[in-house]
Amino acid sequence: MYGEGILRGLGVTLRNLVRRPFTVQYPEARIPQHPRFRGQEFTWYEQRCTGCASCAKYCPLGIIRIVTDPDGGNEQDGGSYKVDVFDIDQARCMYCGLCVEACPYDALHMGSGFEAARYRRADLVIDIDTLKEREKHPSTWFRPQLEREKADPHHDAPQEWESVGREPFLWHPKRPGQMPEEMDHRSSAAGDYGGER
Amino acid sequence: MTMRTEPVVVNVGPHHPSTHGVFRMKLTFDGENILDAEPVIGYLHRGTEKLAEERQYTQVITLTDRLDYVASMTNNQAFVLSCERLVGIEPPDRGKYLRVIAAELQRIASHLIGVGFFLQELGVFGGTALMYAFRERERILDMFEMLCGARITLTYMRIGGVLQDTPDEFWPALRSFLDDMPGYADELQALVFDSEIVRSRAIGVAPVSAEDAIAASFTGPILRASGVEWDWRKAAPYDVYDRVEFDVPTCEGGDNYDRFWVRMLEVRQSLRIIEQCCEQIEPGPVRTTMAMLFRPPPGEAYVPIEAPKGELGFYLVSDGTIAPYRCHVRSPSFMSLTLFREMLVGWKLADAIVTLGSLDFNMGEVDR
Ligand code: SF4
Ligand code: SF4
Repeated sequence: MYGEGILRGLGVTLRNLVRRPFTVQYPEARIPQHPRFRGQEFTWYEQRCTGCASCAKYCPLGIIRIVTDPDGGNEQDGGSYKVDVFDIDQARCMYCGLCVEACPYDALHMGSGFEAARYRRADLVIDIDTLKEREKHPSTWFRPQLEREKADPHHDAPQEWESVGREPFLWHPKRPGQMPEEMDHRSSAAGDYGGER
Repeated sequence: MTMRTEPVVVNVGPHHPSTHGVFRMKLTFDGENILDAEPVIGYLHRGTEKLAEERQYTQVITLTDRLDYVASMTNNQAFVLSCERLVGIEPPDRGKYLRVIAAELQRIASHLIGVGFFLQELGVFGGTALMYAFRERERILDMFEMLCGARITLTYMRIGGVLQDTPDEFWPALRSFLDDMPGYADELQALVFDSEIVRSRAIGVAPVSAEDAIAASFTGPILRASGVEWDWRKAAPYDVYDRVEFDVPTCEGGDNYDRFWVRMLEVRQSLRIIEQCCEQIEPGPVRTTMAMLFRPPPGEAYVPIEAPKGELGFYLVSDGTIAPYRCHVRSPSFMSLTLFREMLVGWKLADAIVTLGSLDFNMGEVDR
Protein backbone atom coordinates (compact mmCIF):
# COMPACT_ATOMS: atom_id res chain seq x y z
CA MET A 1 0.00 0.00 0.00
CA TYR A 2 1.27 3.41 -0.83
CA GLY A 3 2.15 5.37 2.28
CA GLU A 4 2.78 2.30 4.39
CA GLY A 5 6.48 3.05 4.71
CA ILE A 6 5.78 6.58 5.83
CA LEU A 7 3.34 5.34 8.45
CA ARG A 8 5.92 2.93 9.78
CA GLY A 9 8.42 5.77 9.96
CA LEU A 10 5.94 7.92 11.82
CA GLY A 11 5.45 5.05 14.27
CA VAL A 12 9.14 5.31 15.14
CA THR A 13 8.82 9.04 15.60
CA LEU A 14 5.83 8.52 17.88
CA ARG A 15 7.73 6.03 20.01
CA ASN A 16 10.53 8.52 20.43
CA LEU A 17 8.08 11.21 21.40
CA VAL A 18 7.36 9.49 24.68
CA ARG A 19 11.00 8.61 25.43
CA ARG A 20 13.01 10.47 28.02
CA PRO A 21 14.73 13.35 26.26
CA PHE A 22 18.38 12.78 25.42
CA THR A 23 19.34 16.44 25.33
CA VAL A 24 19.81 18.77 28.29
CA GLN A 25 19.18 22.48 28.49
CA TYR A 26 22.63 24.02 28.69
CA PRO A 27 23.58 26.13 30.65
CA GLU A 28 20.87 25.32 33.20
CA ALA A 29 21.84 21.67 33.06
CA ARG A 30 25.23 20.23 32.21
CA ILE A 31 26.45 16.89 31.05
CA PRO A 32 29.25 15.70 33.33
CA GLN A 33 32.66 15.34 31.73
CA HIS A 34 34.85 12.34 32.15
CA PRO A 35 37.80 12.93 34.54
CA ARG A 36 40.08 12.49 31.53
CA PHE A 37 38.47 15.44 29.78
CA ARG A 38 41.19 17.54 28.19
CA GLY A 39 40.00 20.94 29.26
CA GLN A 40 41.07 24.51 29.62
CA GLU A 41 42.56 25.97 32.80
CA PHE A 42 45.93 24.27 32.67
CA THR A 43 47.11 23.19 36.08
CA TRP A 44 50.73 24.01 36.73
CA TYR A 45 52.72 23.40 39.90
CA GLU A 46 55.57 25.83 40.34
CA GLN A 47 57.09 23.59 43.01
CA ARG A 48 57.63 20.89 40.41
CA CYS A 49 58.50 22.85 37.32
CA THR A 50 62.20 22.88 36.57
CA GLY A 51 61.87 25.25 33.64
CA CYS A 52 63.10 22.58 31.26
CA ALA A 53 60.72 23.91 28.59
CA SER A 54 59.94 20.45 27.19
CA CYS A 55 56.31 21.53 27.10
CA ALA A 56 57.16 24.58 25.01
CA LYS A 57 59.22 22.52 22.58
CA TYR A 58 56.56 19.89 22.03
CA CYS A 59 53.68 22.26 21.57
CA PRO A 60 52.86 22.02 17.85
CA LEU A 61 51.92 25.68 17.79
CA GLY A 62 54.67 27.06 19.97
CA ILE A 63 52.30 29.01 22.18
CA ILE A 64 54.03 28.41 25.51
CA ARG A 65 56.61 31.01 26.40
CA ILE A 66 59.05 30.29 29.19
CA VAL A 67 61.79 32.50 30.53
CA THR A 68 64.01 31.05 33.22
CA ASP A 69 66.62 32.51 35.47
CA PRO A 70 69.56 30.25 36.33
CA ASP A 71 70.05 32.00 39.64
CA GLY A 72 66.79 30.80 41.05
CA GLY A 73 68.23 28.13 43.26
CA ASN A 74 71.34 26.14 43.89
CA GLU A 75 71.47 23.74 40.96
CA GLN A 76 74.39 21.83 42.47
CA ASP A 77 72.12 20.68 45.26
CA GLY A 78 69.31 19.77 42.92
CA GLY A 79 67.69 23.16 43.07
CA SER A 80 65.79 24.26 40.04
CA TYR A 81 65.84 27.19 37.69
CA LYS A 82 63.58 30.01 38.65
CA VAL A 83 60.77 30.32 36.17
CA ASP A 84 60.15 33.99 35.51
CA VAL A 85 57.66 33.81 32.67
CA PHE A 86 55.25 31.03 31.87
CA ASP A 87 52.68 32.26 29.36
CA ILE A 88 50.22 30.01 27.59
CA ASP A 89 48.32 31.64 24.76
CA GLN A 90 45.02 29.87 25.12
CA ALA A 91 43.54 31.75 22.20
CA ARG A 92 45.49 29.49 19.88
CA CYS A 93 45.65 26.39 22.04
CA MET A 94 43.94 23.34 20.59
CA TYR A 95 44.08 21.32 23.83
CA CYS A 96 45.94 18.52 22.16
CA GLY A 97 47.79 17.77 25.38
CA LEU A 98 51.23 17.20 23.86
CA CYS A 99 52.73 19.68 26.34
CA VAL A 100 51.33 17.67 29.24
CA GLU A 101 52.55 14.45 27.70
CA ALA A 102 56.01 15.94 27.30
CA CYS A 103 56.37 17.29 30.84
CA PRO A 104 58.83 14.92 32.50
CA TYR A 105 58.15 16.16 36.04
CA ASP A 106 54.36 16.06 36.10
CA ALA A 107 54.28 19.78 36.69
CA LEU A 108 51.80 20.57 33.97
CA HIS A 109 48.37 18.97 33.77
CA MET A 110 45.36 19.53 31.56
CA GLY A 111 42.50 21.39 33.20
CA SER A 112 38.93 20.31 33.48
CA GLY A 113 36.77 23.21 32.32
CA PHE A 114 35.54 24.35 28.94
CA GLU A 115 34.07 27.76 29.58
CA ALA A 116 37.01 30.15 29.45
CA ALA A 117 35.62 32.45 26.77
CA ARG A 118 36.77 36.06 27.03
CA TYR A 119 35.94 39.25 25.20
CA ARG A 120 39.52 40.12 24.33
CA ARG A 121 42.28 37.97 22.92
CA ALA A 122 44.82 39.32 25.37
CA ASP A 123 42.70 38.05 28.25
CA LEU A 124 43.11 34.54 26.95
CA VAL A 125 46.85 34.51 27.59
CA ILE A 126 47.32 32.95 30.98
CA ASP A 127 50.45 34.09 32.74
CA ILE A 128 52.50 32.68 35.56
CA ASP A 129 50.60 34.50 38.30
CA THR A 130 47.27 33.14 37.15
CA LEU A 131 48.76 29.70 36.94
CA LYS A 132 50.18 29.96 40.44
CA GLU A 133 47.07 31.31 42.07
CA ARG A 134 44.20 29.53 40.41
CA GLU A 135 42.43 26.59 41.97
CA LYS A 136 44.03 23.41 40.74
CA HIS A 137 41.77 20.77 39.31
CA PRO A 138 44.09 18.60 37.23
CA SER A 139 42.54 16.34 34.65
CA THR A 140 43.50 12.68 34.90
CA TRP A 141 44.48 12.72 31.23
CA PHE A 142 47.85 10.97 30.80
CA ARG A 143 48.25 10.91 34.58
CA PRO A 144 47.61 7.27 35.51
CA GLN A 145 48.48 7.94 39.15
CA LEU A 146 45.47 10.26 39.47
CA GLU A 147 43.28 7.79 37.68
CA ARG A 148 44.30 5.04 40.05
CA GLU A 149 43.16 7.17 42.96
CA LYS A 150 39.87 7.75 41.17
CA ALA A 151 40.44 11.47 41.16
CA ASP A 152 37.62 13.49 39.66
CA PRO A 153 38.60 17.07 38.84
CA HIS A 154 34.99 18.13 38.49
CA HIS A 155 33.99 17.24 42.03
CA ASP A 156 37.12 16.88 44.13
CA ALA A 157 38.65 19.64 46.18
CA PRO A 158 41.62 21.41 44.55
CA GLN A 159 44.75 19.28 44.52
CA GLU A 160 48.03 20.48 45.94
CA TRP A 161 51.30 19.48 44.36
CA GLU A 162 52.11 16.93 47.04
CA SER A 163 48.94 15.02 46.37
CA VAL A 164 49.00 14.66 42.60
CA GLY A 165 51.61 11.90 42.66
CA ARG A 166 54.12 10.98 40.00
CA GLU A 167 53.46 9.01 36.91
CA PRO A 168 55.56 5.82 36.85
CA PHE A 169 58.38 6.24 34.38
CA LEU A 170 56.52 4.26 31.81
CA TRP A 171 56.77 6.73 28.99
CA HIS A 172 59.65 8.75 30.29
CA PRO A 173 62.59 6.40 30.65
CA LYS A 174 65.76 8.19 31.59
CA ARG A 175 67.75 5.76 29.56
CA PRO A 176 67.05 2.33 28.12
CA GLY A 177 67.16 -0.44 30.63
CA GLN A 178 66.30 1.73 33.56
CA MET A 179 62.65 0.87 33.62
CA PRO A 180 61.20 -1.77 35.92
CA GLU A 181 61.14 -5.17 34.25
CA GLU A 182 57.36 -5.43 33.85
CA MET A 183 57.16 -2.07 32.18
CA ASP A 184 60.01 -2.56 29.77
CA HIS A 185 58.20 -3.50 26.60
CA ARG A 186 60.33 -1.78 24.02
CA SER A 187 60.53 -3.47 20.70
CA SER A 188 64.06 -3.83 19.46
CA ALA A 189 63.65 -1.25 16.73
CA ALA A 190 62.20 1.33 19.09
CA GLY A 191 65.09 0.85 21.42
CA ASP A 192 67.36 2.59 18.98
CA TYR A 193 65.28 5.67 19.32
CA GLY A 194 64.32 5.35 22.95
CA GLY A 195 67.65 6.58 24.18
CA GLU A 196 67.58 9.82 22.34
CA ARG A 197 65.96 12.01 24.96
CA MET B 1 5.26 30.59 -29.92
CA THR B 2 9.03 30.75 -30.03
CA MET B 3 10.85 32.71 -27.41
CA ARG B 4 14.57 32.62 -26.75
CA THR B 5 15.38 31.47 -23.22
CA GLU B 6 18.70 31.60 -21.51
CA PRO B 7 20.36 29.29 -19.07
CA VAL B 8 20.91 30.71 -15.61
CA VAL B 9 24.06 30.25 -13.58
CA VAL B 10 23.39 29.82 -9.88
CA ASN B 11 25.99 29.70 -7.16
CA VAL B 12 25.18 27.26 -4.40
CA GLY B 13 27.50 27.96 -1.52
CA PRO B 14 30.17 28.53 -0.35
CA HIS B 15 27.99 29.29 2.66
CA HIS B 16 25.06 27.03 2.19
CA PRO B 17 23.76 24.52 4.71
CA SER B 18 23.65 21.71 2.18
CA THR B 19 27.22 21.90 0.95
CA HIS B 20 28.98 20.13 3.83
CA GLY B 21 31.33 22.92 4.69
CA VAL B 22 32.54 25.75 2.55
CA PHE B 23 31.99 24.26 -0.87
CA ARG B 24 30.71 26.15 -3.87
CA MET B 25 28.80 24.64 -6.75
CA LYS B 26 28.47 26.64 -9.92
CA LEU B 27 25.35 25.20 -11.48
CA THR B 28 23.96 26.17 -14.87
CA PHE B 29 20.22 25.68 -15.04
CA ASP B 30 17.61 25.44 -17.68
CA GLY B 31 14.63 25.86 -15.41
CA GLU B 32 15.06 23.11 -12.87
CA ASN B 33 17.38 21.00 -15.01
CA ILE B 34 21.12 21.13 -14.53
CA LEU B 35 23.01 21.79 -17.76
CA ASP B 36 26.46 22.11 -16.29
CA ALA B 37 28.02 21.78 -12.87
CA GLU B 38 31.37 22.93 -11.65
CA PRO B 39 32.77 22.34 -8.19
CA VAL B 40 34.77 25.23 -6.76
CA ILE B 41 36.98 24.18 -3.89
CA GLY B 42 39.76 25.68 -1.84
CA TYR B 43 37.86 27.78 0.67
CA LEU B 44 39.09 25.68 3.56
CA HIS B 45 42.67 25.29 2.43
CA ARG B 46 44.99 25.48 5.43
CA GLY B 47 48.16 24.11 3.94
CA THR B 48 48.17 21.03 6.13
CA GLU B 49 50.80 19.29 4.05
CA LYS B 50 53.17 22.21 4.30
CA LEU B 51 52.49 22.64 8.01
CA ALA B 52 53.31 18.97 8.49
CA GLU B 53 56.68 19.44 6.87
CA GLU B 54 57.62 21.95 9.53
CA ARG B 55 56.63 19.84 12.49
CA GLN B 56 57.95 16.79 14.24
CA TYR B 57 56.18 13.55 13.45
CA THR B 58 54.32 13.38 16.75
CA GLN B 59 53.10 16.93 16.37
CA VAL B 60 51.66 16.18 12.94
CA ILE B 61 49.12 13.84 14.57
CA THR B 62 47.32 16.92 15.85
CA LEU B 63 47.07 18.25 12.30
CA THR B 64 45.55 15.06 10.97
CA ASP B 65 42.61 15.48 13.37
CA ARG B 66 41.61 18.49 11.38
CA LEU B 67 41.46 16.87 7.97
CA ASP B 68 38.26 14.90 8.11
CA TYR B 69 36.97 16.29 11.34
CA VAL B 70 34.09 13.87 11.67
CA ALA B 71 36.51 10.93 11.49
CA SER B 72 39.64 12.02 13.35
CA MET B 73 40.41 8.57 14.65
CA THR B 74 41.05 7.05 11.25
CA ASN B 75 43.12 10.07 10.20
CA ASN B 76 45.34 9.48 13.23
CA GLN B 77 45.55 5.83 12.32
CA ALA B 78 46.60 6.43 8.73
CA PHE B 79 49.34 8.79 9.81
CA VAL B 80 50.79 6.68 12.60
CA LEU B 81 50.77 3.58 10.40
CA SER B 82 52.84 5.38 7.78
CA CYS B 83 55.21 6.63 10.47
CA GLU B 84 55.58 3.14 11.89
CA ARG B 85 56.42 1.79 8.45
CA LEU B 86 59.00 4.55 8.12
CA VAL B 87 60.61 3.83 11.48
CA GLY B 88 60.12 0.09 11.33
CA ILE B 89 58.33 -0.54 14.62
CA GLU B 90 55.27 -2.55 15.55
CA PRO B 91 52.83 -1.53 18.26
CA PRO B 92 51.98 -4.10 20.93
CA ASP B 93 48.88 -6.24 20.39
CA ARG B 94 46.65 -4.43 22.82
CA GLY B 95 47.49 -1.16 21.18
CA LYS B 96 46.52 -2.58 17.81
CA TYR B 97 43.21 -3.88 19.11
CA LEU B 98 42.40 -0.56 20.76
CA ARG B 99 43.15 1.15 17.48
CA VAL B 100 40.79 -1.09 15.58
CA ILE B 101 38.04 -0.68 18.17
CA ALA B 102 38.44 3.08 18.08
CA ALA B 103 38.62 3.17 14.28
CA GLU B 104 35.47 1.09 13.90
CA LEU B 105 33.61 3.24 16.41
CA GLN B 106 34.71 6.20 14.33
CA ARG B 107 33.45 4.52 11.19
CA ILE B 108 30.05 4.08 12.78
CA ALA B 109 30.02 7.71 13.91
CA SER B 110 31.06 8.94 10.48
CA HIS B 111 28.49 6.80 8.68
CA LEU B 112 25.80 7.99 11.07
CA ILE B 113 26.64 11.54 10.09
CA GLY B 114 26.72 10.58 6.43
CA VAL B 115 23.37 8.81 6.60
CA GLY B 116 21.86 11.50 8.81
CA PHE B 117 22.79 14.33 6.48
CA PHE B 118 21.72 12.36 3.45
CA LEU B 119 18.26 11.94 4.93
CA GLN B 120 18.26 15.53 6.12
CA GLU B 121 18.91 16.68 2.58
CA LEU B 122 16.10 14.54 1.28
CA GLY B 123 13.93 16.52 3.66
CA VAL B 124 12.61 13.37 5.25
CA PHE B 125 10.73 14.13 8.44
CA GLY B 126 12.43 17.51 8.66
CA GLY B 127 15.67 16.49 10.27
CA THR B 128 14.33 13.77 12.55
CA ALA B 129 16.66 11.17 11.12
CA LEU B 130 19.62 13.48 11.54
CA MET B 131 18.83 14.01 15.20
CA TYR B 132 18.52 10.27 15.76
CA ALA B 133 21.89 9.76 14.10
CA PHE B 134 23.42 12.42 16.30
CA ARG B 135 21.99 10.81 19.40
CA GLU B 136 23.78 7.54 18.66
CA ARG B 137 26.94 9.35 17.65
CA GLU B 138 26.91 11.17 20.96
CA ARG B 139 27.47 7.91 22.79
CA ILE B 140 30.49 7.17 20.61
CA LEU B 141 31.89 10.61 21.35
CA ASP B 142 31.37 9.95 25.07
CA MET B 143 33.48 6.84 24.70
CA PHE B 144 36.17 8.80 22.87
CA GLU B 145 36.16 11.23 25.76
CA MET B 146 36.90 8.33 28.09
CA LEU B 147 39.71 7.14 25.86
CA CYS B 148 41.49 10.36 25.14
CA GLY B 149 39.76 13.28 26.80
CA ALA B 150 38.45 14.86 23.62
CA ARG B 151 35.42 14.30 21.47
CA ILE B 152 36.30 15.55 18.00
CA THR B 153 39.98 16.45 17.73
CA LEU B 154 41.16 13.29 19.36
CA THR B 155 44.93 12.92 18.92
CA TYR B 156 44.49 9.46 20.43
CA MET B 157 46.89 7.36 18.45
CA ARG B 158 50.62 7.61 18.81
CA ILE B 159 53.49 6.29 16.78
CA GLY B 160 53.92 2.86 18.31
CA GLY B 161 50.47 2.36 19.79
CA VAL B 162 47.82 4.50 21.39
CA LEU B 163 48.07 7.28 23.92
CA GLN B 164 47.17 5.39 27.08
CA ASP B 165 45.17 2.43 28.28
CA THR B 166 41.41 2.50 28.65
CA PRO B 167 39.78 3.66 31.87
CA ASP B 168 37.60 1.17 33.73
CA GLU B 169 34.37 2.83 32.61
CA PHE B 170 35.14 2.31 28.95
CA TRP B 171 34.34 -1.38 28.65
CA PRO B 172 30.86 -1.28 30.23
CA ALA B 173 30.04 1.74 28.08
CA LEU B 174 31.21 -0.08 24.96
CA ARG B 175 29.24 -3.17 25.94
CA SER B 176 26.01 -1.27 26.37
CA PHE B 177 26.61 0.57 23.11
CA LEU B 178 27.17 -2.70 21.25
CA ASP B 179 23.93 -4.02 22.75
CA ASP B 180 21.92 -0.95 21.82
CA MET B 181 23.33 -0.03 18.43
CA PRO B 182 21.65 -2.80 16.38
CA GLY B 183 18.32 -1.61 17.78
CA TYR B 184 19.15 1.95 16.83
CA ALA B 185 20.14 0.87 13.35
CA ASP B 186 16.84 -1.03 13.02
CA GLU B 187 15.01 2.05 14.13
CA LEU B 188 16.74 4.28 11.61
CA GLN B 189 16.01 1.66 9.00
CA ALA B 190 12.33 1.43 9.93
CA LEU B 191 12.16 5.19 9.76
CA VAL B 192 13.34 5.40 6.18
CA PHE B 193 13.75 2.00 4.57
CA ASP B 194 10.27 1.63 3.09
CA SER B 195 9.55 5.29 3.04
CA GLU B 196 8.15 6.21 -0.36
CA ILE B 197 9.78 9.61 -0.18
CA VAL B 198 13.25 8.17 0.19
CA ARG B 199 12.77 5.48 -2.40
CA SER B 200 11.27 7.65 -5.08
CA ARG B 201 13.81 10.42 -4.61
CA ALA B 202 16.95 8.34 -4.26
CA ILE B 203 16.59 5.13 -6.27
CA GLY B 204 18.06 5.47 -9.74
CA VAL B 205 19.24 9.04 -9.18
CA ALA B 206 22.77 9.95 -10.27
CA PRO B 207 24.00 6.39 -10.85
CA VAL B 208 27.70 5.66 -11.28
CA SER B 209 28.74 2.50 -13.08
CA ALA B 210 31.50 0.31 -11.70
CA GLU B 211 33.84 1.25 -14.56
CA ASP B 212 33.28 4.96 -14.04
CA ALA B 213 33.76 4.64 -10.32
CA ILE B 214 37.09 2.86 -10.78
CA ALA B 215 38.21 5.28 -13.47
CA ALA B 216 37.43 8.21 -11.18
CA SER B 217 39.45 6.72 -8.28
CA PHE B 218 36.37 6.33 -6.12
CA THR B 219 37.08 4.38 -2.97
CA GLY B 220 35.17 3.38 0.10
CA PRO B 221 31.38 3.14 0.36
CA ILE B 222 30.74 5.03 -2.86
CA LEU B 223 32.84 2.53 -4.80
CA ARG B 224 31.23 -0.45 -3.10
CA ALA B 225 27.79 1.00 -3.84
CA SER B 226 28.65 0.56 -7.52
CA GLY B 227 29.28 -3.12 -6.95
CA VAL B 228 33.07 -3.25 -6.66
CA GLU B 229 34.19 -5.29 -3.71
CA TRP B 230 37.28 -3.39 -2.63
CA ASP B 231 38.32 -2.68 0.90
CA TRP B 232 41.82 -2.00 2.20
CA ARG B 233 40.99 -3.82 5.39
CA LYS B 234 40.75 -7.00 3.27
CA ALA B 235 43.19 -6.15 0.50
CA ALA B 236 46.13 -5.24 2.74
CA PRO B 237 45.10 -5.77 6.36
CA TYR B 238 46.70 -3.37 8.80
CA ASP B 239 46.59 -3.52 12.60
CA VAL B 240 44.48 -6.57 13.44
CA TYR B 241 42.01 -6.68 10.58
CA ASP B 242 43.48 -10.00 9.51
CA ARG B 243 42.41 -11.54 12.81
CA VAL B 244 38.73 -10.60 12.62
CA GLU B 245 35.99 -11.81 10.33
CA PHE B 246 33.77 -9.42 8.47
CA ASP B 247 32.08 -9.02 5.13
CA VAL B 248 32.48 -6.24 2.64
CA PRO B 249 28.93 -5.23 1.76
CA THR B 250 28.28 -4.09 -1.80
CA CYS B 251 25.28 -2.90 -3.78
CA GLU B 252 24.71 -2.92 -7.53
CA GLY B 253 23.13 0.25 -8.74
CA GLY B 254 25.61 2.86 -7.62
CA ASP B 255 22.77 5.35 -7.24
CA ASN B 256 22.06 7.63 -4.31
CA TYR B 257 20.04 5.00 -2.51
CA ASP B 258 22.80 2.41 -2.76
CA ARG B 259 25.40 4.83 -1.51
CA PHE B 260 23.21 5.39 1.52
CA TRP B 261 22.33 1.75 1.98
CA VAL B 262 25.87 0.41 1.79
CA ARG B 263 26.75 2.62 4.76
CA MET B 264 23.92 1.17 6.82
CA LEU B 265 25.26 -2.30 6.04
CA GLU B 266 28.79 -1.30 6.94
CA VAL B 267 27.70 -0.07 10.36
CA ARG B 268 26.61 -3.61 11.18
CA GLN B 269 29.90 -5.05 9.98
CA SER B 270 31.78 -2.58 12.16
CA LEU B 271 29.79 -3.74 15.16
CA ARG B 272 30.80 -7.29 14.29
CA ILE B 273 34.47 -6.31 14.18
CA ILE B 274 34.28 -4.56 17.55
CA GLU B 275 32.57 -7.59 19.11
CA GLN B 276 35.41 -9.83 17.96
CA CYS B 277 38.05 -7.38 19.13
CA CYS B 278 36.45 -7.28 22.57
CA GLU B 279 36.73 -11.06 22.75
CA GLN B 280 40.30 -11.22 21.52
CA ILE B 281 41.87 -8.28 23.34
CA GLU B 282 44.15 -9.12 26.24
CA PRO B 283 45.79 -7.03 28.94
CA GLY B 284 49.24 -5.74 28.18
CA PRO B 285 51.11 -2.65 27.10
CA VAL B 286 49.38 -0.34 24.67
CA ARG B 287 52.41 1.45 23.39
CA THR B 288 56.04 0.83 22.63
CA THR B 289 58.43 3.23 24.24
CA MET B 290 59.15 5.71 21.58
CA ALA B 291 60.65 9.10 22.15
CA MET B 292 58.42 11.95 21.13
CA LEU B 293 61.25 13.31 19.06
CA PHE B 294 62.90 10.82 16.75
CA ARG B 295 64.74 10.66 13.47
CA PRO B 296 63.49 7.98 11.09
CA PRO B 297 66.02 6.64 8.60
CA PRO B 298 65.82 8.28 5.17
CA GLY B 299 63.17 6.66 3.03
CA GLU B 300 59.53 6.81 2.17
CA ALA B 301 56.36 5.12 3.34
CA TYR B 302 52.74 4.97 2.33
CA VAL B 303 50.17 2.85 4.17
CA PRO B 304 46.66 3.16 2.79
CA ILE B 305 43.82 2.51 5.20
CA GLU B 306 40.10 2.17 4.77
CA ALA B 307 38.81 5.36 6.32
CA PRO B 308 35.03 5.76 6.60
CA LYS B 309 35.02 7.71 3.36
CA GLY B 310 37.51 5.60 1.42
CA GLU B 311 41.21 5.14 0.95
CA LEU B 312 43.18 7.48 3.15
CA GLY B 313 46.94 7.50 3.26
CA PHE B 314 49.85 9.70 4.14
CA TYR B 315 52.80 9.53 1.81
CA LEU B 316 55.80 10.43 3.93
CA VAL B 317 59.34 11.05 2.79
CA SER B 318 62.01 11.23 5.44
CA ASP B 319 65.41 12.76 4.95
CA GLY B 320 66.63 11.60 8.32
CA THR B 321 65.65 14.71 10.24
CA ILE B 322 63.02 15.16 12.93
CA ALA B 323 60.34 16.41 10.51
CA PRO B 324 58.99 14.83 7.32
CA TYR B 325 60.60 16.09 4.15
CA ARG B 326 57.36 15.63 2.28
CA CYS B 327 53.91 14.74 3.52
CA HIS B 328 51.20 14.15 0.97
CA VAL B 329 47.64 13.33 1.94
CA ARG B 330 45.66 11.06 -0.33
CA SER B 331 42.18 11.95 0.79
CA PRO B 332 39.07 10.05 -0.26
CA SER B 333 36.77 13.07 -0.22
CA PHE B 334 38.78 14.88 -2.86
CA MET B 335 38.42 11.92 -5.20
CA SER B 336 34.69 11.75 -4.50
CA LEU B 337 34.26 15.02 -6.31
CA THR B 338 35.94 13.91 -9.54
CA LEU B 339 32.69 12.77 -11.16
CA PHE B 340 30.78 15.77 -9.91
CA ARG B 341 29.74 17.08 -13.33
CA GLU B 342 28.95 13.69 -14.82
CA MET B 343 26.76 12.79 -11.87
CA LEU B 344 24.75 15.97 -11.74
CA VAL B 345 24.15 16.97 -15.37
CA GLY B 346 20.63 16.13 -16.41
CA TRP B 347 19.21 15.96 -12.91
CA LYS B 348 17.31 18.59 -10.95
CA LEU B 349 18.56 20.99 -8.30
CA ALA B 350 16.92 18.99 -5.54
CA ASP B 351 18.70 15.87 -6.80
CA ALA B 352 22.03 17.69 -6.77
CA ILE B 353 21.70 18.42 -3.07
CA VAL B 354 20.80 14.81 -2.33
CA THR B 355 23.70 13.56 -4.45
CA LEU B 356 26.10 15.69 -2.46
CA GLY B 357 24.66 14.16 0.69
CA SER B 358 25.10 10.65 -0.64
CA LEU B 359 28.75 11.27 -1.53
CA ASP B 360 29.40 12.19 2.11
CA PHE B 361 32.54 14.16 1.52
CA ASN B 362 34.15 16.45 4.00
CA MET B 363 35.61 19.78 3.04
CA GLY B 364 38.33 19.63 5.65
CA GLU B 365 39.73 16.72 3.72
CA VAL B 366 39.05 18.02 0.22
CA ASP B 367 40.92 21.27 0.75
CA ARG B 368 43.39 20.09 3.40
S1 SF4 C 1 47.53 21.65 24.63
FE1 SF4 C 1 48.62 21.45 22.69
S2 SF4 C 1 48.35 23.44 21.68
FE2 SF4 C 1 47.82 23.74 23.84
S3 SF4 C 1 49.70 24.47 24.80
FE3 SF4 C 1 49.65 22.23 25.03
S4 SF4 C 1 50.77 21.41 23.27
FE4 SF4 C 1 50.27 23.56 22.83
S1 SF4 D 1 57.86 20.49 30.73
FE1 SF4 D 1 57.05 20.54 32.84
S2 SF4 D 1 58.85 20.88 34.10
FE2 SF4 D 1 59.47 21.42 32.01
S3 SF4 D 1 59.06 23.63 31.86
FE3 SF4 D 1 57.20 22.61 31.14
S4 SF4 D 1 55.89 22.45 32.97
FE4 SF4 D 1 58.00 22.90 33.70
